[in-house]
Amino acid sequence: MNICVCMKQVPDTNEIKVDPETHTLIRKGVPSIVNPFDTYAQEVGVRLKEQLGGKLIVLSMGPEQAKEAIKSCLAVGADNGYLISSRSFGGSDTLATSYILSEAIKAVEEKEGLKFDLILCGKQATDGDTAQVGPEIAEHLDLPQITYALDIVEKDGEIQVKREHDSGYDMISTKLPAVVTVVKLPYEPRYPTIKSKMAAKKKEIPVLAEADIPSIKLELCGLNGSPTRVKKTYTPVREKSGVKLAGMEAKDAADQVVKLLEEAKLL
Amino acid sequence: MGNLNDYKNIWVFIETECGKAKNVGYELINAARPLADQKGCPLVAVVIGKDIERVAKDAICYGADSAIIVDGPEYEYYTTDAFTKAMVTLVEKYKPETLMIGATNNGRDMGPRVSCRLKTGLTADCTGIDIDEETGNIAWTRPTFGGNLMAVIMCPEHRPQMGTVRPGVFKKGAYDEGRSGEIVKEEIHVASGEIRTTLVERVNEVAEAVNLEEAEIIVSGGRGVGSAENFKLLEDLAAELGATVGCSRAVVDAGWMPHAHQVGQSGKTVAPKLYFAIGISGAIQHLAGISGSDTVIAVNKDEDAPIFEVADYGIVGNLNEVVPALTAAFQARKA
Ligand SMILES: Cc1cc2nc3c(=O)[nH]c(=O)nc-3n(C[C@H](O)[C@H](O)[C@H](O)COP(=O)(O)OP(=O)(O)OC[C@H]3O[C@@H](n4cnc5c(N)ncnc54)[C@H](O)[C@@H]3O)c2cc1C
Ligand SMILES: Cc1cc2nc3c(=O)[nH]c(=O)nc-3n(C[C@H](O)[C@H](O)[C@H](O)COP(=O)(O)OP(=O)(O)OC[C@H]3O[C@@H](n4cnc5c(N)ncnc54)[C@H](O)[C@@H]3O)c2cc1C
Repeated sequence: MNICVCMKQVPDTNEIKVDPETHTLIRKGVPSIVNPFDTYAQEVGVRLKEQLGGKLIVLSMGPEQAKEAIKSCLAVGADNGYLISSRSFGGSDTLATSYILSEAIKAVEEKEGLKFDLILCGKQATDGDTAQVGPEIAEHLDLPQITYALDIVEKDGEIQVKREHDSGYDMISTKLPAVVTVVKLPYEPRYPTIKSKMAAKKKEIPVLAEADIPSIKLELCGLNGSPTRVKKTYTPVREKSGVKLAGMEAKDAADQVVKLLEEAKLL
Repeated sequence: MGNLNDYKNIWVFIETECGKAKNVGYELINAARPLADQKGCPLVAVVIGKDIERVAKDAICYGADSAIIVDGPEYEYYTTDAFTKAMVTLVEKYKPETLMIGATNNGRDMGPRVSCRLKTGLTADCTGIDIDEETGNIAWTRPTFGGNLMAVIMCPEHRPQMGTVRPGVFKKGAYDEGRSGEIVKEEIHVASGEIRTTLVERVNEVAEAVNLEEAEIIVSGGRGVGSAENFKLLEDLAAELGATVGCSRAVVDAGWMPHAHQVGQSGKTVAPKLYFAIGISGAIQHLAGISGSDTVIAVNKDEDAPIFEVADYGIVGNLNEVVPALTAAFQARKA
C-alpha cells in the first residue's frame, strides 16, 4: 500500500503566550513541531506500510524550516519527504492550500513512479484549526473521504475506518484510493532512535515549486486562489475575575460556591 | 463565478439522522434570523434526510421563512458523497448568498467538500456571525491557535459565503406553532454506486448517545479522579444536577471512560451554562473545547493549576471531599 501523509509544521500551541500589552500572539521563540494530529496520521500509515509493504511519503507545504519537521517524520518510518514551497503559494486559504497539495500529490506520484492508495491527513492543524484541508484534497482529487478516524485497518484491498460518533464509533469501509483524516489512535506514535534520527538528518529533502508541478495553475494558488480573507485577528480578553476558594473545609467551600452560583442566578 | 447579485437569501442546513434533527440547525436559525431581517431577505432551512417533513415544519416554527427538503432512503445516514451532491445541486439551482452549517463532525465533513466543489470560501467552526457594515458581507468570527487567537474572516468575491458554526454557541429561539411557510420538495437521488463509503456497523460504546454538545450542565473529570470507579462521585453530582458527564483525554487514555465523553480539541467542543472541571489541570487542548461555556467551576488540589485561570469559581481542595460536599450542597438547596 502506497501512502501519502500530508503534514503541517505548526508552532507548539502549548508554548504560545499572549503579549499583555499589544494583545498579540508572541510567536518568537516558540518551537515548531509536527502538527500533533499529523503524527497520528503518520503512525497509522507506517503501521499499514509495515504490514502490507509499499512506500510512505510525507508532503509538507511551508517555509524552508519545515524540512526539519519532514526529517522528524523520516526518523519514524517515512521513506521520503517533499517540501512544497514557493512565494506564489503564500497566503493560501484552505481552498488554495488543498489545491496545491493535490497537484503536488500528482507530481510526486509521477516522480516516484507510483500511485498512492491512501492519503492521510490529521483531523486539523493546531494553528489554523479549520479541519478543511483533508476533505478539500479529497474533493480536488475526486476521492472518497472518511474524517474523524480513530483507527484504520486494511481488509481485502479495502480499508475499514473507525469513525468517531456520539455514542461510540461507526465502522466505515471504502475502496482505495481514499483520503482519511485522523483524530486519535488507540496507540501512541513511536519515538525515533538515535540511528534513525542520524539517517533522517542526512537525507535530501527535495523542494517542489511551481516549476516542478507541471499541471499547477498559479491563479488558483496563494491569495489569488483564496476566496476567504482574514479581516482581523485579536486575542480574546478573558475578563474572568474568578473567585478562588482555598484553605477551606470541603463542606464550607462547597456551600459557598453553591451560594455564589445562586446569587449570580446561575442555577 | 457569475454575478454576485444573483445570489440571494440566507440558508441554514439542518442536519438530521434517521429523521431526527440535530439542535444546532435550529440554533443557527435563531442566529441567522436577525441577519435575514437586517438584509430584508428570506431565511431558508435546508433539510436533507429521510422522513424529514416534520423537521422542516419545526425549522419554520423556530424562525425560518421557508424550507427546502431533499428526502430519500439514501439520506437516512450521513454519507459524504450523497449529502455533498444534494447540497451542491441545491446551491447551483437556487444560488443562496449565505450558507450556514452546524460544525458537527458531519457538518465539518460535508462543508469543505461542498465549498471546494463550488470553489467558494468556507470559514471554519465559527462562534460569531455578523454583517460587515461597509460591504454587507458576512463577518465570521472564529477561534484559532487552540482558542488563543480570534479571527474575523470574510468571503468578499465568491458566493455563497459559507461557514460552519459551533454547536451550543447560539441558543434555539422560541417554538412558535403558529408560524407557517412554504416547504419545497426537491427530488435529488443518488445511485448507490455514487456513494463510495459503506457504513458497516455502528458500535455503541455507551448506552445512550452522549450529547455533550447540547448539554446545559457538564460535570467533567480528569486524571485527578484517579480511577474508573471513582467517577461514581461525579455521576452522583451529575445526577443531582441533571448534568452530562464529560472527561479529559487523560481519562480516555487510561480507559476509565469511552471516547464519546471526551471534551477538547480531539473530543467534543461544548458550550454549557455550567461546566465543572474536576481534577482537570486545564491543558490548552482541553480549554479549546470549553471556551464556549458560560460559567466554569473548577476543583483541583493544585492551587496553580491553569484551569483556575479560566474558572469563574474555583475550589482548591481534594476532589474526593469536595465533590460529595457539592452534591450534598445542591441537594440541600432543593430541600
Ligand atoms: C487566523 C487564521 C484563520 C483562518 N481561517 C480560515 C478559514 O476559516 N477558512 C479557510 O479556508 N482558511 C482559513 N485560514 C487559512 C488556513 O489556515 C491556511 O490555508 C492553512 O494553510 C491550512 O489550514 P489549517 O491550518 O486550518 O489546516 P487544517 O485543514 O486544519 O489541516 C488538516 C490537515 O491537512 C493537512 N495540511 C494542512 N496544511 C498543510 C500543509 N501546509 N502541508 C501539508 N499538509 C497540510 C494536515 O494533514 C493537517 O492535519 C486561516 C488562517 C489564519 C491565519
Ligand atoms: C493533539 C492533542 C490533542 C489533545 N486533545 C485533548 C482533548 O481533546 N481533551 C483533553 O482533555 N486533552 C487533550 N489533549 C491532552 C492534553 O494535552 C492533556 O494531556 C490532558 O488534557 C490532561 O488531562 P487531565 O487534566 O485530566 O490530566 P492532568 O494534566 O494529569 O491533570 C490532573 C489534575 O488533577 C489534579 N488532581 C489530582 N488529584 C487530585 C485530587 N485528589 N483532588 C483534586 N485534584 C486532583 C492535579 O492537580 C492535576 O491538575 C490533547 C493533546 C494533544 C497533543
